[in-house]
Amino acid sequence: MAVDLEKILRPVDHPYPPYPAKYMTLASGETLVIRQATRDEVPTLLKHVAPLVFVERDYYDLVAARVYAELLGWYHHRMQDEYVLVAQIDGELAAIVNGRSVSPKRGMSLHTLAMRRGLRVGAHAFAAKMEYHIDILGQDEVLVVAESPIGFRRWMIEYQLEEVFDTAHELGGVPSYSLTRELFDRARNSLVVGRRPVPEDLLAKAHEAILPPSDPPTPPADLLAATRAKYDATGSALILQRWAQDRSAEDA
Amino acid sequence: MRDVYIIGIGITTFTRLEYPLSEIAAYASMGALKDAGVTDVDYVLVANMGSARINNQSALASAVVDTLSLTPAGAVRIENGPASGASAIKEGFMAVASGMHDTVLVVGAERMREVNNLEATDFVATLTHPMAEYIYGVTLPGHAAMFTRLYMEKYGVTERHLAMVGVKNQNNAMLNKDAHLHQKITMDGILDSPEAFTNNPWVAEPIRFFDCCPVSDGGAALILASKEVAEASGKPMIRITGIGQATDTLAVHERPEPTDLMAVRIAAQRAYEMAGITAADIDVAELHDAFTILEIAESEEVGFFEKGTGHLALERGETAIDGKMPINPSGGLKGKGHPVGATGVAQVHEIVVQLRGDAGERQVKDARTGLACNFGGFGNNVVVSTYARED
Repeated sequence: MAVDLEKILRPVDHPYPPYPAKYMTLASGETLVIRQATRDEVPTLLKHVAPLVFVERDYYDLVAARVYAELLGWYHHRMQDEYVLVAQIDGELAAIVNGRSVSPKRGMSLHTLAMRRGLRVGAHAFAAKMEYHIDILGQDEVLVVAESPIGFRRWMIEYQLEEVFDTAHELGGVPSYSLTRELFDRARNSLVVGRRPVPEDLLAKAHEAILPPSDPPTPPADLLAATRAKYDATGSALILQRWAQDRSAEDA
Repeated sequence: MRDVYIIGIGITTFTRLEYPLSEIAAYASMGALKDAGVTDVDYVLVANMGSARINNQSALASAVVDTLSLTPAGAVRIENGPASGASAIKEGFMAVASGMHDTVLVVGAERMREVNNLEATDFVATLTHPMAEYIYGVTLPGHAAMFTRLYMEKYGVTERHLAMVGVKNQNNAMLNKDAHLHQKITMDGILDSPEAFTNNPWVAEPIRFFDCCPVSDGGAALILASKEVAEASGKPMIRITGIGQATDTLAVHERPEPTDLMAVRIAAQRAYEMAGITAADIDVAELHDAFTILEIAESEEVGFFEKGTGHLALERGETAIDGKMPINPSGGLKGKGHPVGATGVAQVHEIVVQLRGDAGERQVKDARTGLACNFGGFGNNVVVSTYARED
């Protein structure tokens, strides 16, 4: 009986071609390898994503929580046609990107979670994701949303994405933007980089183990003071509010 | 005039600081007070460019002096664009040299990351000519790009030279725990690899991403004192030997030769004259490299190298920490960061660290004299100062 129910709960994945790994040199001189992750690697990825759920900075908490859920959904066969790409430096996890196919002609970009900052690792991983949809899967467009200002700058502004606000995105039902094949072709020379094939030793290192990020984003020292309050820029009102909350908690 | 010494220094990490601006200033000041071994000062000068606009806080000096419990000391905010820091040092110098005060706290602080980078760029652009430049959309990267293009055509500077400055300074910053950028970069990664153009895109051609300083929060502070107070403090005797300030036209296009940074040259001449030295006497320098081209151009205007040859000295490694004329061992604005009001003070903080011999891995060997060039506007208000260790 249980087996039959699982058949109902589990969506059937379509057989899509794999993402061919690539590599590139970062500004630091380090080599970044971007490859497709396997379902078996999800437990390791979850371990590295989990701490970021508590980083209340630049929407890391939101993005990490959603990526965690999407990885879990993929692992337990509760997401259809999802894929995950990982970006690694010497085996170390630098970024995770994921998405899914809605139809043979339309992709749905889910998340980009960068663990190394300041080197465009997230941007390179996002570009790889778009490359997968347009070049490898042969789709005509990818629906994209941003959950942070940094994402908006990287996707909507850099790629000049089209507004398709009549189409709700799977992430929160918010209005979508679209990366079309034409837009991708326009961005190809400036934003989409990488070399293939990946040298065997580099690829072997990447597959050997997904090591934890050595310098992951950390929570702000003072969360309330860090909050950007336009009309109380000093943050003092927020600090006072926190003290009031602390006092209330103590009184209780 | 009385001699003036620096007996205390303090600095915050330059990064995105997540506490109020007045506290940024206060933390740096507390470091300087502790370093000097004093608990009270006569006068407080607070260098800052944008508190009223960015942080919605005016009268910053009143907030800082109160936060530090230094009332009833006099307190004034000094706003002079990116040269606010060194301008405050100059005012502090005069306050002590004149005999009016014995101990002066000079602190620079800025919290620019409170707004997004577009707003920060616009805020900095307000220092340009309001009718001839700003209204047409000029930004500082735009100014730097035009300046760089002219410099390239006139003197043979190339993108490789600019990248060399960026790599040198950002990698120096790796040795500075208070620097904003702790991210090594390489020539391969930002210039030579097939991916370099994407890693290091044009911001305003020919200026690329890694030719620009980051937008930073941060604070830096100094305690200036009379000779009597300095001797009693027991701290190394670092004397301000010369300070020169000069201005140029507000609108860059009104200058007869836009590649000529006249205000830098004259400010340096005035500082040398006051100190009774020449450029050849300087052991270590902090120059205002908000854009990589500025380090090259300023290194010529302050007299370290002949005009048009700064990039050649860079090629020969003369500006490295172990070179003949070490420039920006702190990482400069490029690597250490550029919280505008704090920058001029932070440059002198580094010079004092170097002259005290406390710079660790980035220590310039046997440094006894130093120079700082704080470049305001696009070269329209510049302060150059010189320092010497006397004990």
